[in-house]
Amino acid sequence: MSSILVQVIVGGLLLGAVYALFSSGLTLIWGMMNIVNFAHGDFVMLGMYVAFVVWTVLGVGPFVGAPVAALVLATVGIIVYFGLIRSVMKGPMLAQILGTFGLALLLRYTVFWGFGANFLTLPGDLVGGTYDVFGIKLQASRLLAGVVALLVTLGLHLLLTRTSLGSKMLAVSEDATAAQLMGIRPDSMQAIAWAIAAGATGLAGALIATFFYISPSVGETLGIVAFVTVSLGGFGSVPGALVAGLLIGVIESVSAYLIGGVYKDIVVYSLFLCFLWFRPQGLMGKM
Amino acid sequence: MRLKHIVGLLSAAAMSVVLVGAASAQEKTVKIGVIFPLSGNAASAGVHGKAAIETAVEIINTGNPGLGNLPVTKNAGLKGLGGAKVEVVFADNQGTPAAGQNQALRLITEEKVVALTGAYQSGITVTASAIAEKYGIPFVNGESVAANLTERGFKWFFRTTPVAGDFARIYLDFLKDMKAAGQKVDNIALVHENTEYGTSVANVITALFKENGLAIAQDIAYSANTTDLQSQVLQLKDKKPDVVIMISYTSDAILYAKTFQALDYKPPMMIADNAGFSDPSTLKTVGKSIQGIFNRSSFAIGAAGTPTYLINEMYKKKSGGDDLDDTAARQMQGFFVLMDAIDRAGSTEPAKIQAALKATDLKPDQLIMGYKGVKFDEKGQNILAAGLVIQLEGENYVPVWPKQLAKTAPVFPYKGW
Repeated sequence: MSSILVQVIVGGLLLGAVYALFSSGLTLIWGMMNIVNFAHGDFVMLGMYVAFVVWTVLGVGPFVGAPVAALVLATVGIIVYFGLIRSVMKGPMLAQILGTFGLALLLRYTVFWGFGANFLTLPGDLVGGTYDVFGIKLQASRLLAGVVALLVTLGLHLLLTRTSLGSKMLAVSEDATAAQLMGIRPDSMQAIAWAIAAGATGLAGALIATFFYISPSVGETLGIVAFVTVSLGGFGSVPGALVAGLLIGVIESVSAYLIGGVYKDIVVYSLFLCFLWFRPQGLMGKM
Repeated sequence: MRLKHIVGLLSAAAMSVVLVGAASAQEKTVKIGVIFPLSGNAASAGVHGKAAIETAVEIINTGNPGLGNLPVTKNAGLKGLGGAKVEVVFADNQGTPAAGQNQALRLITEEKVVALTGAYQSGITVTASAIAEKYGIPFVNGESVAANLTERGFKWFFRTTPVAGDFARIYLDFLKDMKAAGQKVDNIALVHENTEYGTSVANVITALFKENGLAIAQDIAYSANTTDLQSQVLQLKDKKPDVVIMISYTSDAILYAKTFQALDYKPPMMIADNAGFSDPSTLKTVGKSIQGIFNRSSFAIGAAGTPTYLINEMYKKKSGGDDLDDTAARQMQGFFVLMDAIDRAGSTEPAKIQAALKATDLKPDQLIMGYKGVKFDEKGQNILAAGLVIQLEGENYVPVWPKQLAKTAPVFPYKGW
């Protein structure tokens, strides 16, 4: 195997880890309350802008920017839950879809109005440069994002399976009425779920901002990948999103290298559709 | 009976006075539709274009005799229409051909604009101008370079910018010159986005280079909206071309610059086909990583006090401090050509504007661009459009070729970061 092909695969894995990172929030929301959050990509975008503002004002990188972005987005998540989601959940499916879609446009154009259409970036060496390991280039910023992706996935998985908070959240998602009879308040649990999901998404945005461009419409570009990752991994499955993210990242990279950049989406999406035909619940989703 | 007649005549006269009054009141403004990407991935280019058009409108409506021989700037409003003011209606093409088409339809049927300009992306100019053609409304384009735009037999479409073929010729002559000077240019890679713009420019370059014995060894197409470009850069790294020609929009240009640096890839020579690599956003964000990249341009801000310098000063107030870049300047030039035609037509009737556009014959000193003039052929293409090769040095591009227009000699190899 040529060293370039190894580089392609390594690049794909790092890319896939990032896909997994920004998909975990989406899958959590779906798993908890069967809502598809169309504003998800724009949550990532907000996280990127928070990281940019932190860097501009304080002059510090993602080690401060990412936690701040997580906190800001967690707050946004809670506000969105109480301000929008709680009401639209009572309505038909279409209201939920249009509600979060409207939210996406609101966020996008608010940022557009506040920051303008210009593209922004963080300095390329904010996290560190590029490491050379046996001729394979490893970009520090992507490496950091990849490691955090693994940690976040592990953390969310442990939270849901090993803690009483996680059990309560799962109980609410299984049967909110029954959970309520057991003394669990569905409202608080769902608000916490939104806070965690949005927070994780903000964290992802802040880390992606270290190697990607920042613009009001960046959520459009990233949002679609998140949806594919989540449906491949299985809606509601956090580890599924990780495996799916890595898989998509590697398939995209290798097919773009071997066949060509314009064909990579054809490869990814046809494999994706074939897979769903055999296993509609996704890799690790439950029917 | 008599009295009735007189009353009838009087009221008819009164009505006609009212009607004439209304008509002349309507003539006081000339409404132009401008379609740009004001949202979506190309919004930064669209917003700069909007600032350029707003600057032109201000110049025309307030009058600015200090701008040399630039037409329609001498007095307030359009002289040919009794000092009528210009009003522009901006429409957002959202970066999609369908939205561009809908906006053209809306501007023509609802806003009743008398002419259109825009729409930045060649693929969207295709659909928007097709609507203008259908309704018989003049469409003047200052910036879209896909060759086929003027190959459709349209009667209402006029384009002032040099096109893909002109640029391909510039790149070819430039590379031949560089080859003669000892630079290796045998192995050329084309990297292009895959909509109308990237594909058509790539095709034109490939065909012309082939005719002239320069083979394109590698052709890498990609989608401008992609999340990742590592594989494309690694394809280049694998084949090691002598020259890489980039045909990109803004988001992808920024992502390429970042990926080149992350993967430590520097070809000996890199040429960018304007668009993304000319966007002030790109230069501000990743300009430091693409030092020494060549680009094409037809615009220079010029020395203090020159008309282009003064216009740039006015433009900066509307753009938030950004200098007028080549793309925005070409958009402004297209708009001035349209306004000059309406002024000469002395009418907002589409057919008269069309006739005036056909009769356009502007000299170099009547332009803001470095064209040899503006004169349309029967296809609506400006046959006097021209350009030169510039190179990024620090924060600015400097003219390096051809020799008679160069400020400094081209510097090799490509420096990167």
